[in-house]
Amino acid sequence: MQRLLAFGALIILFVGFSIASPYFLTFDNVIGILLATAVNGILALGVTFVIISGGIDLSVGTVLTVSAVMTGVFITNNHWPIWLGMLGGILTGGLAGFVNGVVIAKMKIPPFIATLGMLNVTKGLALVISGLKPIYFNDTPIFRSLAMDSIIGQVIPKLDIPNAVLVLFMAAIIANLILSKTVFGRYNFAIGSNEEATRLSGVNVDAWKIGVYTLCGLFAGLAGVVIAARLNSAQPALGAGYELDAIAATVIGGTSLSGGEGSIVGTVIGAFIISTLTNGLRILSVPQELQLVVTGCIVVLAVYADILRRRRK
Amino acid sequence: MSEPLVLMEGIVKSFSGVHALNQCRFELQPGEIHALVGENGAGKSTMMKILSGVYSKDAGKIYFKGKEVEIPNPRAAQHLGISIIHQELNLMNHLTIAQNIFIGREPRTAKIILNDDEINRKTAELFKSMHLALDPRTKVADLTVAKQQMVEIAKSLSFNSEVLIMDEPTAALTESEIDELFNIIRQLRAKGVGIVHISHRLEELKQISDRVTVMRDGQYIDTVKTSETSIDKIISMMVGRTIYETSPELPENPSQEVVLEVKNLQQGSLLKDISFSLKKGEILGFAGLMGAGRTEVARAIFGADPYDAGEFYVKGKRVQIHSPQQAVQHGIGYLSEDRKRCGLTVGMDVKDNIVLASLKKFLNAIGWVNMAQTTLTAQKYAQSLNIKTPSLDQKVKFLSGGNQQKVVIGKWLVADTEILIFDEPTRGIDVGAKSEIYKLLNDLTRQGKSIIMISSELPEVLRMSHRVVVMCEGRITGILNAGDATQESIMKLATQRGGIISTNLIPEAGRA
Repeated sequence: MQRLLAFGALIILFVGFSIASPYFLTFDNVIGILLATAVNGILALGVTFVIISGGIDLSVGTVLTVSAVMTGVFITNNHWPIWLGMLGGILTGGLAGFVNGVVIAKMKIPPFIATLGMLNVTKGLALVISGLKPIYFNDTPIFRSLAMDSIIGQVIPKLDIPNAVLVLFMAAIIANLILSKTVFGRYNFAIGSNEEATRLSGVNVDAWKIGVYTLCGLFAGLAGVVIAARLNSAQPALGAGYELDAIAATVIGGTSLSGGEGSIVGTVIGAFIISTLTNGLRILSVPQELQLVVTGCIVVLAVYADILRRRRK
Repeated sequence: MSEPLVLMEGIVKSFSGVHALNQCRFELQPGEIHALVGENGAGKSTMMKILSGVYSKDAGKIYFKGKEVEIPNPRAAQHLGISIIHQELNLMNHLTIAQNIFIGREPRTAKIILNDDEINRKTAELFKSMHLALDPRTKVADLTVAKQQMVEIAKSLSFNSEVLIMDEPTAALTESEIDELFNIIRQLRAKGVGIVHISHRLEELKQISDRVTVMRDGQYIDTVKTSETSIDKIISMMVGRTIYETSPELPENPSQEVVLEVKNLQQGSLLKDISFSLKKGEILGFAGLMGAGRTEVARAIFGADPYDAGEFYVKGKRVQIHSPQQAVQHGIGYLSEDRKRCGLTVGMDVKDNIVLASLKKFLNAIGWVNMAQTTLTAQKYAQSLNIKTPSLDQKVKFLSGGNQQKVVIGKWLVADTEILIFDEPTRGIDVGAKSEIYKLLNDLTRQGKSIIMISSELPEVLRMSHRVVVMCEGRITGILNAGDATQESIMKLATQRGGIISTNLIPEAGRA
């Protein structure tokens, strides 16, 4: 229901902006929207898992940063093979997520506080490790082309959708399979729905929770690698605030902040709504400050729509 | 008799030094429905939580099929074939029926991939054997409470349980749903399952149980055959206590002036056609079992919860009460059963709590709170109520339960409300403080205040009330004068289920 609503909203946005500006529905601009969605979308996938389990992860934005920086360290500074450097970046995110999970599940620190702590830790680490300077991937031009070239464009000429977008869709498909077809996904819903009942059913809730945050960290790590490749550099100050966009995308997509409900498809749509909105407003020359105001209102309205729907039920 | 399925002997359990169970005994035969009854706090649930591994016992022995066993956790109980269905249903609302039943032991491919077709099929088979018409793919949130209960039963059956413990399974069910439940229980009995049925509804015992075990104040009283025992006998076994048998000290009779009249109060399925009146200087006791709807009545009168229909008259004048603010304006105060959550701001000091509900009275011309005056007022009430506190600046959370209660009372006295609703005024308060609270209530009525007192302790109701309203399942089943009220008569009314007074005879609620 919320998913239909969100999808409808996305269509309306597209149609509306297309009418309002001739520059909106051009190939280059749509590619721009897709590319802008890629990073936030991947982040939001992980956040979706966490929110369905009844938790929250505020650290994904800066975990993304530290993962990007580590990728730079591995590839540029340590001259690792590119694939290994990318894997290292993703695992860096996973490690941060694992720590989040342990702190939350074992030390019983509320997710809000635990991940707020991780936000600051990773923010600081990114700056320390990088020495406050961006790390460029100029020695390894292949790294950038991995994200910005287009496999699709080679198969279907002229359809030059960058690989980064492809990564988002592949990650979304995997996330969707995990969420709907595996034990992991099932327990994730169960924990978010009624943690105590899940525990009493003999499920090792703590272990699965650690798993959820680790998975979220892995997605943040992947997003970090993608953004580093896209920008051909690891920017130590980029990423703070991204977590809020990811949470917003998840919530707009119909995932309930109280847990137990949510979907990957909804989150992807939610991520597209946010980037379409930002892009469209920019094309209409709305100042950036006002764009923030509009996005903020949209998030609140989306949650309000969700509350209204629940109340009617 | 054959060898018992379960035998519990000499069970002792205390919580922070207080005996919850003392040398308790319970025995269950295979193919038997065994009712476990007693007043609130008699120890029924504690006993069964020990059997199902939720609590560990301090002493005593448990035999399962003749062998002594230890049941340290719920898993161990499940392993033995002992299942418990808690009062609070333990289901995951967002999952389907089948997903709930097989949670934690889903059939999997390659260790991680779920096979929902298989659990749907298995669940369908299970339902077929129970003669239940439910779609395993339905989300639990979309089921009625009764159907959810069936899902819990199906879940425990899927473990091949030999012992099924049900803690107040019928508390939230309608008449026909109860019939449905009982049919299932009887089928299980026929298959040799031993069933423990904890219930407050004594009429049910005759309908469903083979034997009854009565508990009182953490003690085992007796086990009797249901067919050979009258309900009156069971009631007297339940209440026959001696601890509080002090002679009731009733204050003089109140005047005949009615200060509050409630007519045809209706609230969904929780309150049905509630009508009563409160006289000036009267203590009107509200008795009933947990969940009878007494607190709901109080909260509706106080405007804390919305209601569907009903009229309120204060001193003969029709008034509208839709918020606590309006209630206070009409001179009604409510002292919640949950002091810490609803009655006090425990992080604030005594003085601030006392004046909180009437801060407006202490504002000076430019809207500042007149501190000197609040202190004076707080001092006055702290003294007259005999609140034991090192100073008025003491945070309320450091006071004892009894003194906290006095602070709440003080708060409503400052607000100068004529009608005070006390919800469980002595819950969690020791005996000495209790009698002080009683004295205070009597003093208040002498000053012309009128009191509604909700209490689950029958001796307290009997001792304090001029009249007693008895509720059962959201209805008033009787209003007794102090002279006619006994523990037995109240208990009887409190367990009078819908079947006795046909609901058709009760007139429809008046239009608001």
